[in-house]
Amino acid sequence: MTTKLFGEPVRRREDARLITGRGRYLDDIGSDALAAAFVRSPHAHARVVDVDVDAALDVEGLVAVYTYEDLPGPLAEPLPVLIPHPQLHAPRTGYPLANGEVNHVGEPVVMVVATDRYVAEDAAERIVVTYEELPVVVGVDAAREAVHAVHADVPDNVAARHHQETGDADAALAASPHTLSFTQYIERSACMPMEGKGVHARWDAGDRSLRVHTSTQASTSVRAAIAAKLQLSLDQVEVVAPDVGGGFGVKIVHPWPEELLVPMAAIALGREVKWAEDRREHFISSAHERQQRQEITVGYDDDGRVTALDVHVWHDNGAYTPYGIIVPIVTATQLVGPYVIPVYRVIVESVYTNTVIVTPYRGAGRPQGCFAMERTMDRIADALGLDRAVVRERNLIRPEQFPYDHRLTFQDGRPVIYDSGDYPGLLDKLRALVGWESAEELRADAEARGKLLGVGMALYVEGTGPGPYEGGHVQVLGSGKVLVSTGLTSQGQGHETVFAQIVASELGVPIEDVEVTTGDTRRFGYAVGTFASRAAVMSGNAVALAARGVREKALRIAADVLEADPGDLEIDEGVVSVRGTPGAAIPLRTVAVLSNPLRYAFDEAAKQATQFARSASDDKPPVAPGDAPGLEHRDYYSPIRSTFASGAHAAVVEIDPATWEIDVVKYAVVHDCGNVVNPMIVEGQVHGGVAQGVGGALYERMAYDADGQLQNASFMDFLMPYASEVPDVVIDHQETPSPLNPLGIKGAGEAGVIPGTAAIASAIEDATGRRIAAMPISPTQLYDLVRDGSSETTAAWRRRTGVDA
Amino acid sequence: MKPAPFRYADPRSLAEALEVLATEEGAKVLAGGQSLLPLLSMRLAAPATLVDINRVPGLDRIEATGDGVRVGALVRHVRLLEDVVAARVQPLLARATANVAHPAIRNRGTTVGSIAHADPSGEMTSVLALTGGSVEVATPAGVATVGWEDLFVGPLETSLHGPAVVTAASFPALPDRSGTAFAEIARRKGDYAVCGAGVVVTLDADRRVERVRAAYVSVGLVPAVHDLTDAVAGQPVEKADWAAAGALARTLVDPDGDLHASADYRRLLVGVLTERTLARAAAEAAERTGA
Ligand SMILES: Cc1cc2nc3c(=O)[nH]c(=O)nc-3n(C[C@H](O)[C@H](O)[C@H](O)COP(=O)(O)OP(=O)(O)OC[C@H]3O[C@@H](n4cnc5c(N)ncnc54)[C@H](O)[C@@H]3O)c2cc1C
Repeated sequence: MTTKLFGEPVRRREDARLITGRGRYLDDIGSDALAAAFVRSPHAHARVVDVDVDAALDVEGLVAVYTYEDLPGPLAEPLPVLIPHPQLHAPRTGYPLANGEVNHVGEPVVMVVATDRYVAEDAAERIVVTYEELPVVVGVDAAREAVHAVHADVPDNVAARHHQETGDADAALAASPHTLSFTQYIERSACMPMEGKGVHARWDAGDRSLRVHTSTQASTSVRAAIAAKLQLSLDQVEVVAPDVGGGFGVKIVHPWPEELLVPMAAIALGREVKWAEDRREHFISSAHERQQRQEITVGYDDDGRVTALDVHVWHDNGAYTPYGIIVPIVTATQLVGPYVIPVYRVIVESVYTNTVIVTPYRGAGRPQGCFAMERTMDRIADALGLDRAVVRERNLIRPEQFPYDHRLTFQDGRPVIYDSGDYPGLLDKLRALVGWESAEELRADAEARGKLLGVGMALYVEGTGPGPYEGGHVQVLGSGKVLVSTGLTSQGQGHETVFAQIVASELGVPIEDVEVTTGDTRRFGYAVGTFASRAAVMSGNAVALAARGVREKALRIAADVLEADPGDLEIDEGVVSVRGTPGAAIPLRTVAVLSNPLRYAFDEAAKQATQFARSASDDKPPVAPGDAPGLEHRDYYSPIRSTFASGAHAAVVEIDPATWEIDVVKYAVVHDCGNVVNPMIVEGQVHGGVAQGVGGALYERMAYDADGQLQNASFMDFLMPYASEVPDVVIDHQETPSPLNPLGIKGAGEAGVIPGTAAIASAIEDATGRRIAAMPISPTQLYDLVRDGSSETTAAWRRRTGVDA
Repeated sequence: MKPAPFRYADPRSLAEALEVLATEEGAKVLAGGQSLLPLLSMRLAAPATLVDINRVPGLDRIEATGDGVRVGALVRHVRLLEDVVAARVQPLLARATANVAHPAIRNRGTTVGSIAHADPSGEMTSVLALTGGSVEVATPAGVATVGWEDLFVGPLETSLHGPAVVTAASFPALPDRSGTAFAEIARRKGDYAVCGAGVVVTLDADRRVERVRAAYVSVGLVPAVHDLTDAVAGQPVEKADWAAAGALARTLVDPDGDLHASADYRRLLVGVLTERTLARAAAEAAERTGA
């Protein structure tokens, strides 16, 4: 077969368009639209006493001003709690525009609509909002102490207490030969897509329909939310995700206030209205992630095998909880990684702070879980004087233990049962790839050059492809073109390429004939969204099933025409032929024409399907009962539970002991996402993930001051790594297919970012001998740590240097 | 992130530019725009008029003579970086400019603009100080030369008031028997420095250290030149105790802390960078001194 493309490094078909400026992003739409701008709270916590818009009214070009009082019907209610959960006992969400109180800097208070964005900002600048400031809560520790409350009716600041346990942790710890306890912190970062959010809405008063373009990861659900909040019928609302310049999680949250307010204004004004988020808005009014305080107690035996693990996390969820407790659950359940943990207890207290909301950012709680578990492994190794890789190896789930049940409940409400994997295989490959056994030689070599060298590793297991479902539609046209659509959205991952590969392989057509559409509710109305490394697993399998349906129908029709048994037919390069019978063939495009019996011919191809062109049986209807015209099929994939991908990363760092600059000189990745549809795309995902992992470990930090002001809300001071800061990444693949889905694939979108913080912390600790218990870390912080005589040193370092503690 | 309304003027001569600056209240010069436009977009600045000097003829020359290098107001960073004659006369120019931002910004931003902007985190303000340079300032009253000591008043603040265009900056040549070096540490490649150091070492005819001066980037509110001679005076260049000079430097500076570096960390870097750059500058000085 020449059309077998599954598994090939097919070049990304979307790239030529996107990198030559022919993409169509949100702000490319509606050049004549009115522009919205927002007055946002400058205070982290305050009562809104008065909004005086008078001064704005004489700005030429101003069209409308909206405050909370102007919001009709359900728009005046709080925004939805998207993912309710019984343990989220005190959910709170904001309003589209502040209703009397603001809970973080950046919360929208007034929307201004004007002839363009410049004028809208001129007008917004003149609106005077009077605030009465309230005490501010910043950071998990302040939230936990609860001297002040973010929401007056939640005095302890605790939104949720997520709790899972698999046995009697206290008893198991008491019975453990050794225990150790420690506390560590991880900081806030954020998604930072190149393109911020944005919404464009057009109301057609004639047929009373609304078309909304939004830079989203979940167009079908945005559509439902808009219909509900604006009191429209679903069929009146179309939502399209155009080209989206990155998401990384922040665009799965919906409806954002702007996604409701912009359509509201478009309807009210009868004009196109657009809002394109600017970078400062993205910093202060989108979402962040990752701040946690982790208190860990682990029990283990003389060999370093874990006997019990007790974890108490305080998770900063920001001002509101629209996305429920997904991030806490993911941390809690993915923390256990590739290890056998006989007894596990985890409590995640999700606490309110007067900061931007916390919702999933690529990894979505996993980097924190990995940081907790992997640093625990490092501590056990240090305490016992064992190699860190050996301790990990002794705790790994063995290949023969699959399916492995952790006795936990995952973010999809389903059990955490690992479907397949080979973790010792990952570890072996990683050791070889990074040269783990020769670390001491590398260290000596670096020392001769005046550098401190350290190595670190981290392993993870990632639940990917959660349900409930995704669908796919495949249609072959009379031209031979194959149209594929799925409802979930794309943010640059390469879905067009991967879905085309799958369909071309399943159907036996040239990939050039396949056209893929994603995230357009006009084409596919049922979908969940793009998150949790689920697009390939969910929509990949759905379009494969749809393609199989088309194939079956094509073979049935072709068999009729060719007077052959469908079982003897094959499709290759878009031609159906009888195996072993040269000449007995029919192009798939002709089959498509014949699949739709016609009365009217409009072109040469159509003639073949008209009523006098074909001899047909007189006693059967042209379309058989139960059949449908057209060569198309729609199908859905709904998994029993998530499939679990895995991987192992190692970092080699060199530190300049004069300046404390930290250089990641080597970064090794072993990656297992089951069957790989396109290795080039998987490697690209890993590279991007590693870049974000390095960013999270060494550069990025949302620096809030005690007043809740974000000190670095621009790319001047929020440091994402440039290409010059990202190390070369060496990758090795392992393929352990998933038994759960037809294609045997697992997700790969988030993997690269998960272990970065843990592996790099371990490497820095190895290099300096100082315990690294807070990440990210910068040179100035490392300098403080090493010169502070009271900093904890590692036993490994004391042994190596002969220094007594 | 859209600028407030402003008027835009693009004069075709210096006289015209000065006239607009003199007649329009709150008018500001626009050169490469690499510092000014972000300020406008964030509405941290809202000048009523921008006077774009990019079409004023005669401001785009680099003139290198034995005495020094004169850099016109429209010379982009990239041209100074690549000018080999200028680099021979005053090697600090190219060495420092290589640390200014990224290529895209160096292609537009001007060296004179970065001096007029008086950012203590900019490299070229310190280089002007270290070389003992000056600027030429055109006002309706004529052209005056302003030495670097009289130019920098505070962060983002110069002594220039009223209608004025800086038409050139002049950097004296590297003296005989001298060498220079420049180094900086930034969080990411191309970022403003967490700390930068430029040094000049001058030897006597016997290859003994005669004079050592240093200037730092992102240390202090205005550029300053520190004399480190005392730490190493008279020492043979091969054996000079550059670490002592670094230690001295640490006692002379008064850095501030910010998000990216504590004051202590900056002080540490002042010492390290001083020692490292002095060793390189001394090697160059020795080479230029001969046996
Ligand atoms: C991402 C980024 C990174 C950067 N990194 C660095 C860095 O590492 N180091 C560094 O030094 N700089 C850096 N810069 C700034 C850059 O070097 C600018 O080019 C420079 O600071 C200003 O030059 P300009 O020609 O762009 O001036 P403009 O932005 O046009 O003007 C800046 C100010 O100077 C005034 N001005 C300019 N020219 C004159 C003149 N001839 N007469 C009177 N007044 C004048 C203007 O009125 C304005 O107030 C960076 C900029 C960016 C955007």
